[in-house]
Amino acid sequence: MRLTLLVSPVTLFLGAYDENQVAETPLQVSHQHAVAPDTPSVVDVLQDIAKQTVLKIQDYSKLSFRALANLSVRPRYVQDILDQMDDIGVGSLPIVLLSGFFIGAVMVLQTGSQFERFGQTSLTGDVVSLALVRELGPSITGLLVAGRCSSGIASELGSMLVTEQVDAMRAMGTDPSRKLVTPRVVASLMTVPLLTTISVFVGLLGGMVSSVFSLRLNAFTFWQRAVAALEFSDLMQGFSKSIIFGFILATVGCYQGLSVRGGTQGVGRATTQAVVVSSILIIVSDTFLTKLALYLAEKVF
Amino acid sequence: MSEPSVPVVVGNALKTWTFSIQDYSLLSAQSVRNIFTTRRYFTDLVEQMDLIGVGSLLIVAVALLCVGGVVVLNAASQFARFGETMLTGDAVSLALLRELGPVFVALLVAGRNATAMASELGSMVVSDQVDAMRGFGIDPVRKLMTPRVLATVVTLPLLVAVGDMAGLLGGFIVANITLHLGWATFMTRAIKVLVFGDLCMGFTKPVVFGFIISTVGCYQGFRVEGGTAGVGRATIAAFVVSSVAVLVADLFVTKLLLYVFNL
Amino acid sequence: MDPSPIPSPVSSLTDGEPVIEFSDVHIGFTDGDILRGVSFSAQSRETLVLLGETGTGKTLTLKMAAGLLCPDRGQIDVLGNRVSSMREHDLLAFRRKVGFVFQEGALFDSLTVGDNVAYRLTEDGLSQDEIVPRVEEVLRFVELEHTMDLLPSELSGGMRRRVSIARALVNHPPIVLYDSPTAGLDPITSQTIITLILRLRDVYGVTSLLATHRLQDGFALANFRFDPKSRRVSRESPSGTNLAPTRFLVLRDGRVYFEGSPDEILASKDPYLQRFLI
Repeated sequence: MRLTLLVSPVTLFLGAYDENQVAETPLQVSHQHAVAPDTPSVVDVLQDIAKQTVLKIQDYSKLSFRALANLSVRPRYVQDILDQMDDIGVGSLPIVLLSGFFIGAVMVLQTGSQFERFGQTSLTGDVVSLALVRELGPSITGLLVAGRCSSGIASELGSMLVTEQVDAMRAMGTDPSRKLVTPRVVASLMTVPLLTTISVFVGLLGGMVSSVFSLRLNAFTFWQRAVAALEFSDLMQGFSKSIIFGFILATVGCYQGLSVRGGTQGVGRATTQAVVVSSILIIVSDTFLTKLALYLAEKVF
Repeated sequence: MSEPSVPVVVGNALKTWTFSIQDYSLLSAQSVRNIFTTRRYFTDLVEQMDLIGVGSLLIVAVALLCVGGVVVLNAASQFARFGETMLTGDAVSLALLRELGPVFVALLVAGRNATAMASELGSMVVSDQVDAMRGFGIDPVRKLMTPRVLATVVTLPLLVAVGDMAGLLGGFIVANITLHLGWATFMTRAIKVLVFGDLCMGFTKPVVFGFIISTVGCYQGFRVEGGTAGVGRATIAAFVVSSVAVLVADLFVTKLLLYVFNL
Repeated sequence: MDPSPIPSPVSSLTDGEPVIEFSDVHIGFTDGDILRGVSFSAQSRETLVLLGETGTGKTLTLKMAAGLLCPDRGQIDVLGNRVSSMREHDLLAFRRKVGFVFQEGALFDSLTVGDNVAYRLTEDGLSQDEIVPRVEEVLRFVELEHTMDLLPSELSGGMRRRVSIARALVNHPPIVLYDSPTAGLDPITSQTIITLILRLRDVYGVTSLLATHRLQDGFALANFRFDPKSRRVSRESPSGTNLAPTRFLVLRDGRVYFEGSPDEILASKDPYLQRFLI
């Protein structure tokens, strides 16, 4: 079935799943535009937008599903996965360390000043540790890594698309979904939780430093209470969130990169779009994940 | 040529780093000075305010709606334990206004606009448009950077205000569903708990963050090197540097304002 | 230094059957069809020169022949496979028999020249011992063996084009598709590329489709031969028979406007074709 309104370049990766589906490329997309009469009515415009949004969501889902499904069959590009883990994980380490430290320190300052009013400064460790592990650790790390890596992925894949390197890959008999998308998604799934863990740890360190200097709190007390306040469900909540955020940032980055149109300008746009879309998705999914995690914490743990 | 020794490498890195900071400071200072002298590109300013402010409005509203909801979700279980559910309004309001509002909005705007600034200005540098501008006697810093800096500094507090409102709304929705708190209870407590210092903090931070985001974005754009690939690198660097700088500045501004307002 | 001529790889076709066959192919986008009923065929070892103005669908034709695009209507058969209705999964395997030279080279810019050329072999899982000599052989053919460890960004446009050709023929495909190989190059570099294509045709005996908007490239291929023994390009054929025929195919308004030998196009009185000859 050919869709005349918006032909997606992402369907190019679906040959193995669709019957009689042969690849379509961005070449066809560059010629498309909404077929509209002279003055489209508001209803038409809204319909258009709705259709395009649904189509984009559909393509994105196919891309993401395919990225993981590729793991079940050879060839698997393990070296590429390792390269990406280096890029995404080790490359993001500096910003994670810095941001984690300062967030922890600020959290302690803020909550400490509140608790000082009640004279309960020792509770600071509890509160900060819970907030970091459950919420701020995963989401701020997610946002920062998304900003850095999602845009990087979109920019890289977008340039490859525009210079026909993706077509060249297909002409050489390599499935771009396996070679480009899957390694990035897998690498992200594995490294973002690790980065989050590091961020939380460094955050507690920052909080400890801050509590010693501003709240005149004993470092040991702070640390002890911080660790004691955590329950297994809190750790699970933080960890599972970071896995989902990792998945989101990589798949959005790949999707934006591979749907670039319009040459180099398009690559720039795709880069910004990747950051915006992944940030919003991370924050919105955070809400649902928090609710789910709290619910599970009650029922299961 | 033998491998350079560690002290040499570190020394070079420090030199480059110091030079960049100096360069950045001079550029930012220049862009601010331009506000007070003619000629002022008012149309560009308004255009940027539209792009940065109005363009980010929806994103900020949706995101902060969720953030407010999440704060309540997390806090609610804690407060229910002590039976102090009414405190929820307090907690959300304070957290949002002092910290989460400014920081999240700043990160979102950095992601959307710092990258766009770096990418736009970087492409202009690479395609010689900036040199062409100078050839016509137009100062690129005055025409390109100052409007962006001023626009961000002015619109970010407004965006934060909208974000705070959205956050309170989101928090209320969740509080209503899970804790069955009424609108009146929630809102009165939320507003009563605030002191002047909190508001100051909530609106000084965006000004500082806005300055950081826009100056870093423009700096990265103007100093691009290496053709189109360099523009890509500059875009990412703009986000990374501005985000980290925002978080670092957050600590110091918080400390300063807590001290000043004796909070 | 050329390798000894390699006979055309065994295909599943008998002599006489076309290697590439397009039957009533239509392809287009929302603002209209670009190709409307294009039919032609190419025999083994033949060089088919696709001529046409910009936007007449030459690149689309090549991409469809490699299965990178799917036609709206019509069939495309290559080496006995119905490419127009094959699944992407099967096409990936099929493309081993097709070498594609993209318009701007499309080299992978994060890999060295050597890795770029070896790409297909690495994907097939060959060992380094097998890969390196083949890469060297093919780089020697394009006279760029000294660039093996350089990155594409360090090469000139013409050199990148030649590496791209080397990459396409590293596993000796029976078909090579060239998309405007001389576009954007100065006359001297263009000549180097055309000579290379000549040698490829006469030494490896490939069937090729060459899309270009320059008639002189087609004539160069038609009138010159490469003699492997004397290793020289000359106007004369080494033996009487025409081992590697060249034909022209002119596309206009989505259809085949003209199809014939170089002599026929020269002798044509058609005013449109005359414009190409200037």
